[in-house]
Amino acid sequence: MEKINLEYLGQKFNQLQTIDTDNLLSNVRREGFNTFNKKGLPTFKNEEWKYTSVSDLFKKQYHLTEDELKPAISASQVDEIRLPGFENANELVFANGKYVPELSTIRSSKAQLVILPLEEAANGIYKDLVKEHLGKSSLFINDAIHALNTSFIYGGVFIYAVKGQIIENPVYLYHISDAVENHILSQPRSLVFADSSSKLQLVETYKTIGSMDSFTNEVVEVAVKANAILEYYKIQNDGPNGSHVGTTHIRQIGKCYAHTVVVSLDGGMIRNNTNIIMEAAGNEAHMYGLYLLKGNSHVDNHTLVDNRMPNCFSNELYKGVMDERSTGVFSGKIFVRPDAQKTNAYQTNNNILLSENATVNTKPQLEIFADDVKCSHGCTVGRLDEEALFYLRARGISKEHAQAMLLKAFAESIIEQIKIESLKEYAEQLIEERLKGDNS
Amino acid sequence: MLSIKDLRASVEGKEILKGINLDVNAGEVHAIMGPNGSGKSTLASVLAGREEYEVTGGSVDFLGKDILELSPEDRAREGLFLAFQYPVEIPGVSTTNFIKTAVNEKRKYHGQPPLDAVSFMKLMKEKMNLVEIDKSLLTRSINEGFSGGEKKKNEIFQMAMLEPKLTILDETDSGLDIDALRIVANGVNKLRDENRAIIVITHYQRLLDYLQPDFVHVLLNGKIVKSGTKELALELEEKGYDFIKDEFSLSEAV
Repeated sequence: MEKINLEYLGQKFNQLQTIDTDNLLSNVRREGFNTFNKKGLPTFKNEEWKYTSVSDLFKKQYHLTEDELKPAISASQVDEIRLPGFENANELVFANGKYVPELSTIRSSKAQLVILPLEEAANGIYKDLVKEHLGKSSLFINDAIHALNTSFIYGGVFIYAVKGQIIENPVYLYHISDAVENHILSQPRSLVFADSSSKLQLVETYKTIGSMDSFTNEVVEVAVKANAILEYYKIQNDGPNGSHVGTTHIRQIGKCYAHTVVVSLDGGMIRNNTNIIMEAAGNEAHMYGLYLLKGNSHVDNHTLVDNRMPNCFSNELYKGVMDERSTGVFSGKIFVRPDAQKTNAYQTNNNILLSENATVNTKPQLEIFADDVKCSHGCTVGRLDEEALFYLRARGISKEHAQAMLLKAFAESIIEQIKIESLKEYAEQLIEERLKGDNS
Repeated sequence: MLSIKDLRASVEGKEILKGINLDVNAGEVHAIMGPNGSGKSTLASVLAGREEYEVTGGSVDFLGKDILELSPEDRAREGLFLAFQYPVEIPGVSTTNFIKTAVNEKRKYHGQPPLDAVSFMKLMKEKMNLVEIDKSLLTRSINEGFSGGEKKKNEIFQMAMLEPKLTILDETDSGLDIDALRIVANGVNKLRDENRAIIVITHYQRLLDYLQPDFVHVLLNGKIVKSGTKELALELEEKGYDFIKDEFSLSEAV
């Protein structure tokens, strides 16, 4: 059985409830903790967790973030995680899952973009927005891991793109876990609201400091209103001691546009839930993912597109390369509800296995309850194209270099979907170094 | 330059080449003809180093080296070039980047510094004119969406860029219309000189009309059964392979 220390978690939970007695947040937490206790950790018998085991993760004795919000991280440690293009970005620093305003830099004006600690937002003029939108993802992801995050909502962030504002400065979220002395459980929570006709770009990345293990259990909830544009990027290149379960839950509540790219290059056990809920007619969403794995990395991408209204369009393209003993999982769910006539929903998942010991599981799930829709899905699992490899070698290009060229070309169709130029170049460079490194 | 002795090769346990002997000297053009399934393309693949073919006997000496011991990339760097019968489409890899990598890996192998961007562009321009290839093709992914003629032209362009000592044209004429055939053949002719040799694998006389080979060999059932001058090709065109088959089976019987 899992050695999850319920007593410790319960103690921490009660402690938090007495420190932060705000009604709105404490009620959400209470509900989360009830679910957590009721559900128990998911096992492979749970269809959603069939290929990803969390039991090893929960065998460790984690240090749960203290309830105080003191930064455990220094400014120089923040420098190590900064992403290219930061000079032009709003940089939000999370230390062990808690938003640290003192280390963060907001470059957009308040008239364009509001960034507040979640508690402050829940008590101020944004109270109604928080109340309306916080916790909506629990309706879709109701396992104990998600509930554990909800149980400890404290030190989160509230991001609000003001109506009609094109936010030129992207919002970078740096998640730093301090695992120098203890295994650490970080549980960041973000609530994002893109108001009508705004444009907002979010970028998340993760770093574990120290040689102990970190487990980042994250929930990001986003609501996007009519005519707004939301771009969401997640770059995962943490060490093998950095594990992650993250839910990005995007609700398109007006006719709007969403674009997501999830790039996973390194890490321990990673599970990304990326959900698009189409709550208005005429929504458009594009979802991309690249997982380029080696060592013992395990990356599981679960996507959900829930078409609830007519005339929505979605396109998904996820690509994976598994080397050494790594494992990849892709599970793509598309719901087309009875009202969602004229839905166009497409999904593709392509995988390359480079090693005998690498594994991938891919599972499309389409559930269609409307009759006038266009949906398609396709997945492939194969090896590198031997004909192409020979063609390059026959021109004098070494086998290793030829392989890297082909893999880079395979990855490029995902990377080119990153619309922040400096970030795109950074991802290309990481991939190039990685492919070169594999050959040395 | 090239000396093939009693070369035997099989694929999936089936022997395809049953003892090939062939000598090619610098400056020469050799044509290899033969009916379908006689082993022509297998010979080209074995020389270029395709791994699914197993060499079961014999030797191949290329410029004093046993090339059967070399990887496909090292054979190319030593100066062997195979123009593919079916050039591969490789989406996402630009033709220019590919050729630049190939040229520089070859230079590195020979201890030369890589070409800088300016010299490379100059070389590209010069060779583009030589083989009449459209510049726009080179900015695209390798062979992606190219017509049959464009693919073959791209092969000859790569040959021009890599300046091989020995070129093997594997049915380069197949699928080409008359104009494309003329352009491809002219390109090859411009690259001919006394230091380089060419092996042309073909079914038809028409490419040989342009290339004027010094020698013609007939490959039948994994062996070279007849060799002659370019007049042999004309005779084959006229009579078909049957007369050789008859002749060959007679001599086999004896």
